Amino acid sequence: MSDKVYGLMAEFNTPGDLLRAAKQVRAAGYHRWDVFSPFPIHGIDKVMGLKNSLVGWVSLAMGGGAFVSGFVLIWFSNAFDYPLIVGGKPMFSVPMTFVPSYILMVMGGAIGALAGMLALNQLPRLHHPLLNKARFELVSRDKFVLVIGAADPEFCLTKTRQILESAGGAHVDIVEDND
Amino acid sequence: MSDSLNQLKTLAAPAELRRPPVVENNRGLGWLTDKLTAFAEGKTPLWWWILFLPAAFAATVIFPVCLFYQVFTGVGVWGNNHPVMWGLDIVNFIWWVGVAHAGTLISALLFLTRQHWRTTIGRMAEAMTVFSVMMAGLYPAIHVGRAWFDWFMFPVPNSNGLWPQFRSPLMWDVFAVNTYLMVSSLFFFMGMIPDFAVMRDRSTTRIRKGIFSFLAMGWTGSARQWHNYEKAYLVLCGLCTLLVFTVSSIVGLDFCTAQIAGWHATIFPLYFVIGAVFCGFGMVLVLLIPLRKWCGLEQIITLSHIDKVAKLALVSGLIIDYIYLMEFFIAWYSGDPYERWVFGHRLFGHTYMVLGWMLIGINVGVTQLLWFKKVRSNLALLFIIGVLINIGMWCERFVIVVGSLYQEFLPSNWGKYLPTIWDIGLYVGTLGAFFMLYLLFVKFLPMIAIAEVKGVMPEADPHHRLGGAKKEDGHE
Repeated sequence: MSDKVYGLMAEFNTPGDLLRAAKQVRAAGYHRWDVFSPFPIHGIDKVMGLKNSLVGWVSLAMGGGAFVSGFVLIWFSNAFDYPLIVGGKPMFSVPMTFVPSYILMVMGGAIGALAGMLALNQLPRLHHPLLNKARFELVSRDKFVLVIGAADPEFCLTKTRQILESAGGAHVDIVEDND
Repeated sequence: MSDSLNQLKTLAAPAELRRPPVVENNRGLGWLTDKLTAFAEGKTPLWWWILFLPAAFAATVIFPVCLFYQVFTGVGVWGNNHPVMWGLDIVNFIWWVGVAHAGTLISALLFLTRQHWRTTIGRMAEAMTVFSVMMAGLYPAIHVGRAWFDWFMFPVPNSNGLWPQFRSPLMWDVFAVNTYLMVSSLFFFMGMIPDFAVMRDRSTTRIRKGIFSFLAMGWTGSARQWHNYEKAYLVLCGLCTLLVFTVSSIVGLDFCTAQIAGWHATIFPLYFVIGAVFCGFGMVLVLLIPLRKWCGLEQIITLSHIDKVAKLALVSGLIIDYIYLMEFFIAWYSGDPYERWVFGHRLFGHTYMVLGWMLIGINVGVTQLLWFKKVRSNLALLFIIGVLINIGMWCERFVIVVGSLYQEFLPSNWGKYLPTIWDIGLYVGTLGAFFMLYLLFVKFLPMIAIAEVKGVMPEADPHHRLGGAKKEDGHE
């Protein structure tokens, strides 16, 4: 057992049980903990104190950037670098520029949303200590897991175990970090 | 105050107004996981091979032969000739883009409107979108004639010092179709990340585990991950919804900026969007009805979901019918002899009037059958209607593209268009490639969004009795 301890995990059967346990863990003063579920649970953000996700801003920045660069590109290529006269219309005007820039905005926004989601979730990652636990495989099926990290200042193997068990957690187990 | 609120709560909706459950027979989450992964993990059934082999033949033999012959020889191998310079290549391009649109509409717009039933068919619709945009994008790329100069369409600095001309909607098309392919693929992939994790955790062989671990990218399903994921999903849905209304509009603009009678109408962008959606719902019916039976998904893709798709097909069909009416009315009302000539010849001309009547018969006639509940619950009939809608919309595209070109302003300039074997071969090839990709998707990837379906079950709601809510929390 030279492995470091990553945290303690406890298993629950329903999202309702998990939500109640999460409230108790928060009341006990823990900060470095997370819950794992097969689908997003309604109301868990509030219990965990998660603020509005930054993904929207990443997407907005990328989309807005793409929109502006569309305008700049079209101005540069059709009005500045090689001025094109088409049907006697002005070299540069908003109506002709809007549609391609708008399309680029959609593309930029979409890439921003996916890239932002992955970056904020620190994905892709090749390994996670929890993925070593056999019972953790049930999380993608129908179980709900709460993990209190060893990095938490309040973390104590015996006391934390007691809290998890009193909150109704089954199969309370140590997660090793053997990286 | 709280008393009156409690009283409100006890007033349950009458049975006929209550929404049917998304998944029938009160199944648990574990059962759902087994059921939804069963097909991708199980033995390949015979029907899959029977469908796959001809599709793969069309995709890997007919398709490349027609493609390479055309690219090496030139556009002359097709029937396109003066005055009909846009033939089956553009007809099929619009048709494939159209098929794609319903998929995006189902997966994105119905998500924004919080239609829970969409979770069961969303993934299959998205796959349809991605594969049909691939097929669509191919046509304009080779229809330019010298496919090796396609890169001229992108704003790349080159030794000629030339840039694309951004005033042309054809140029916008390049951006629109490429963006559509990219964004719908991203959306498709992102939706599958949690389901890849499900497949990873269930896999029994090392190879499967390796592949799905790679695809799932280390997804653990933590609340923080879901938090960002849901936001990204919402943003992507919003952006995809924009694309539903943009891509076909731009294709429509290609037509309405031209001076040709029959094309030069402001209604075209809307016309093409709705036509696209209508055609796509037809394709959704064609794909869903057999697959739900053969893959044993009757309790998940329920009759009520099929019924809703049929209703959406009816609504889009009625809008299309209205647009036909307006198109003919405006052609008459404009007093323009060329417009009147073109529209009169759509139904009472010669060569192509068969297609004109087919489009009226199907899109206006057959669609009305969907008013009847008996029809909407008859799966065999719905399947046939789905196929007919696709044929009807194909005829519509043909009538618009070829029907407006073959008799334009000067009678000395008239001509006929007949597709050659290479036109038809390429279409058969793209159909084969589409179905081959679709069958591969069904066999190897999670074809139903597992996490999303679970998320709309009563077991997933922490404030529901089945989700573990207790009386002391203030819930029933």
